[in-house]
Amino acid sequence: MLSAIGVSSLDELFSHLPEEVRIRAPLAIEPGKSEYEIVEWFRGQAALNANGYASFLGGGVYNHYRPVLVDTVVSRGEFLTSYTPYQAEISQGTLMTIFEFQTMICQLTGMEVANASMYDGSSAVPEAAMMAIRITGRDRIVVSRAVHPEYREVLATYTKHQGIPVAEFEYDRETGRLDAAALERALDEKTAAVIIQSPNFFGVVEDVRRAAEIAHARGALLIYVFTEAVSLGLLAPPREADIVAGELQSFAISPSYGGPYAGVIAAREKYIRQMPGRLVGETKDSRGNRAYCLTLSTREQHIRREKATSNICTNQALLALMATVFMTVYGRQGLRELAEQNLAKAHYLGSQMDLRFSGPYFNEFVARADGQTPEQINAALLDKKIIGGIPLGRWYPELSDSMLLCATEMSRREHMDAVASVFSAQEAFAR
Amino acid sequence: MSYPTDLKYTREHEWVRANGASGVVGITDHAQKELGDIVYVDLPKVGAKVEKGKTMGSVESVKAVSDVYAPVSGEVTEVNDALANAPEKLNQDPHGGGWLVKIALSAPDELSDLLSAEDYQKYTGEE
Amino acid sequence: MSDADIRKVRPHPTQNEGLIFERSSPGKRGYQLPELDVPAVDAAGLLGSENVRTEIENFPEVSEVEAIRHFSRLSTYNYAIDLGLYPLGSCTMKYNPRVNELVARTEGLAWAHPYQPEALSQGAMEVIARLEAALAEITGMDAVTLQPAAGAHGELTGILLTRALLEQRGNPRKKVLVPDSAHGTNPATAAMVGYAVENVRSNAEGTVDVEALARVVNEDVAALMVTNPNTLGIFENHIVRVAEVLHAKGAMLYMDGANMNALVGIARPGDFGVDVMHLNLHKTFSTPHGGGGPGSGAVAVKKHLAPFLPGPRLKSVDGRWAWNYDLPDSVGRVRAFYGNYGVLIRALAYIMAHGSPGLRNATMDAVLNATYIRKALEGDYELPYKSANMHEVVFSDDVQAKHGVRTGDIAKRLIDYGFHPYTVSFPLIVHGALMIEPTETESKQELDLFIDAMKSIAREVEADPDLVRNAPHTTRTSRVDEVGAARKPIIRWQPK
Repeated sequence: MLSAIGVSSLDELFSHLPEEVRIRAPLAIEPGKSEYEIVEWFRGQAALNANGYASFLGGGVYNHYRPVLVDTVVSRGEFLTSYTPYQAEISQGTLMTIFEFQTMICQLTGMEVANASMYDGSSAVPEAAMMAIRITGRDRIVVSRAVHPEYREVLATYTKHQGIPVAEFEYDRETGRLDAAALERALDEKTAAVIIQSPNFFGVVEDVRRAAEIAHARGALLIYVFTEAVSLGLLAPPREADIVAGELQSFAISPSYGGPYAGVIAAREKYIRQMPGRLVGETKDSRGNRAYCLTLSTREQHIRREKATSNICTNQALLALMATVFMTVYGRQGLRELAEQNLAKAHYLGSQMDLRFSGPYFNEFVARADGQTPEQINAALLDKKIIGGIPLGRWYPELSDSMLLCATEMSRREHMDAVASVFSAQEAFAR
Repeated sequence: MSYPTDLKYTREHEWVRANGASGVVGITDHAQKELGDIVYVDLPKVGAKVEKGKTMGSVESVKAVSDVYAPVSGEVTEVNDALANAPEKLNQDPHGGGWLVKIALSAPDELSDLLSAEDYQKYTGEE
Repeated sequence: MSDADIRKVRPHPTQNEGLIFERSSPGKRGYQLPELDVPAVDAAGLLGSENVRTEIENFPEVSEVEAIRHFSRLSTYNYAIDLGLYPLGSCTMKYNPRVNELVARTEGLAWAHPYQPEALSQGAMEVIARLEAALAEITGMDAVTLQPAAGAHGELTGILLTRALLEQRGNPRKKVLVPDSAHGTNPATAAMVGYAVENVRSNAEGTVDVEALARVVNEDVAALMVTNPNTLGIFENHIVRVAEVLHAKGAMLYMDGANMNALVGIARPGDFGVDVMHLNLHKTFSTPHGGGGPGSGAVAVKKHLAPFLPGPRLKSVDGRWAWNYDLPDSVGRVRAFYGNYGVLIRALAYIMAHGSPGLRNATMDAVLNATYIRKALEGDYELPYKSANMHEVVFSDDVQAKHGVRTGDIAKRLIDYGFHPYTVSFPLIVHGALMIEPTETESKQELDLFIDAMKSIAREVEADPDLVRNAPHTTRTSRVDEVGAARKPIIRWQPK
């Protein structure tokens, strides 16, 4: 090959680079390792993490069983190692599964269009907010304090430099649901959207209808956020919302210490041209057969450049495929049954606790520590190889005596009984 | 293509058909050819004020978007709703049925700055 | 070349797999949940009947075997790296090592919850620390964040960091400069951070025109976003001077690291004046594209930008890792949790597998392969920029356009030869561009097949242009009607 090119060594290929830019010493990285060594190293690191613990953590990332079929499908090289489906003729596999994904999201949320996924739920929120701003021509956003705290942080980062004020409104201290009066006070004629999450960060199911009434009366859009996708198997779809922004990690995407996950944005049909992210549409090929292709690309960065709806290029195709397989395996009956099991498990545990909020909850709830601190309870639980809930004081000082607990279909009765008994303080006083 | 002589043209490939105090506005045959099959047209609403030389909307094909600049200033009195369902009209009849908006002119003198059909023809370098 | 001579592809077996909804039938199931070990509950009673849905209308109902057949059949409609070369410029479609998939699924890592106690997350945090250190070494920068989810996300982070630093210095400034050869994410990103965008001309060699740059850099300019090597595959050989021009006026040099596959082990951006850059782990560091994502857009910075990095950051306390949230100057989070962790595992595994000098060798092979293609095809296709190319090469369709055949047509004909097309019509400064990047993965055999195909197509253009213009001819799906798809968008399946 070198002679075909006309050079006598590989180094000559780089002789055109100016001296001043060339690396001065070899990279200070160990020599390449064998496959066995690599596998062993990662196994060693994994062993330093929690292994064999029961967990009651939720807070935006959920422990749900991953059907075996999911990895079987996504491990196929044609899905795993393929590229973005820009060349429709040789990407119909990807395009069709994305089309199915878009359809299922619409079926779940009651919306009319859904995109081919965003990076995750947390970044889908500011994208939804920007969409509402484009649609209404207004420039303020109002968000509930009961929306996931890290999601609100991301919203703040994105809006900081675009001249978009973001105001938070309070939740009702008794029910854990949004405070309607606080929402009314926060709204004005410049508000583009109201953002609520349901179930919210406390696990409480919001009064979506009420929120929509209030928002729409002032000409603002309602953005509905979800972090626990399984809830949609049971909860009424948010038809009153204008835009839905959610996280699909619950659908067979491993918790994997925080990512990668798959977010999604769905909306009413009339807003389709304001939607960020890739969209797959149905069409025909030149022989008249049904076919699929990326469409409405003129919204996107590679064409609009600085006037794009967003700078986003990637979608989370492989993870959206995991979610699609999950939704297919469980299907219409299964997702409902799965959600009902979650509800049953969480209420079995919750009914034994001193609940902070009276509002209806799905698979998460806030429990008071009562005579101990959440940290003490968690320490006692760790001794039993149980990871407890999330102490809330770091984000909600008014809730520093409480923690957020989550029970899913994977939670076992004996572990839930152990949690309840530690909470009831017998265990703690015995320490 | 010989450009209709009852229209005036801009260097950004818009045209105006003036009729006293109002004008019909569209984009030229040259523009629609450059864009290819039109898929969507984004137009201002009735009542919107437009300013000569500023963007008032856009025209999209599959692979490109072009801003449409108002060739004259005024207020939009009518919008060609037919383009919403049949954007291909713009390709088929850019100087007639593919019109974009009607404007009540606020400064009819602006028309004298625009190009005649002959000048526009020369500008595009077309036969 | 007749069909009999085409060595690679055969027509795809015809299959008419529809959508999963068309395969569904009421009552079919693919799952079985365990029996509840707690009492069942009445959903409507607990949540209020207005909050409970009656059903999920039209959701799929299939058996497990129908599900696996459906997805398996659909997968066969895809081309993939596992099947052959993807010469997509600037995408770096290199082999996705399978060991990466195995280690990412190690239970203690795959099931780690981001909020689990730090004492029980030391291994997870060690992976992050190692990758940050390796990427800092590779780029010659001082600090790395792994939080951004993709390249564009990394760009957003990088420009946010730039803005934060300039604000602290008293003036955030008004605009960001972008070469006319830049990827579309660059100007889109700048606009999201409240900057106006201004283009800088490339010169006849295809690199940034330093004189033109010097004329426009002033105290209104926050940064220049440059890709190096640029989107023509050409090294910005005046980059040190470019950095000087910017720094003299207090502006930053941002490097889009999409083309790092040409530099790893050869040159380090931190050494030639870059202040902040992003990396695409799904390009240079082999993580799989998966049909369009996930990716990861690590951002590397020099010391002066480090205080502004998104938080939390890892810190070592008594020999153990902890998350530090005390970052008063941080720009804030760009996403929840810590980053696309599963992608980070794969990138680190790749770096461990190659090591040094393996990483440098890979780079040299990448440049060798691209140069080999350039030499082979420069007689058949117009080469608009004659400077030395690195890991990719850009031709134009000027010669073929004389016969009415454009780059898009040539790309479609390439499919008949069993290859995925190269990148079409980008960068914009080349009219009718063909952007080709083979990566180090490809053997001489595969490259020769590709070269033969491109030469054959060049001959076809002269002998029978319609054959090329109406390609592809051998695929299950022929050219699709993109116009119809955009005019009347159908974005979901609905029952009749």
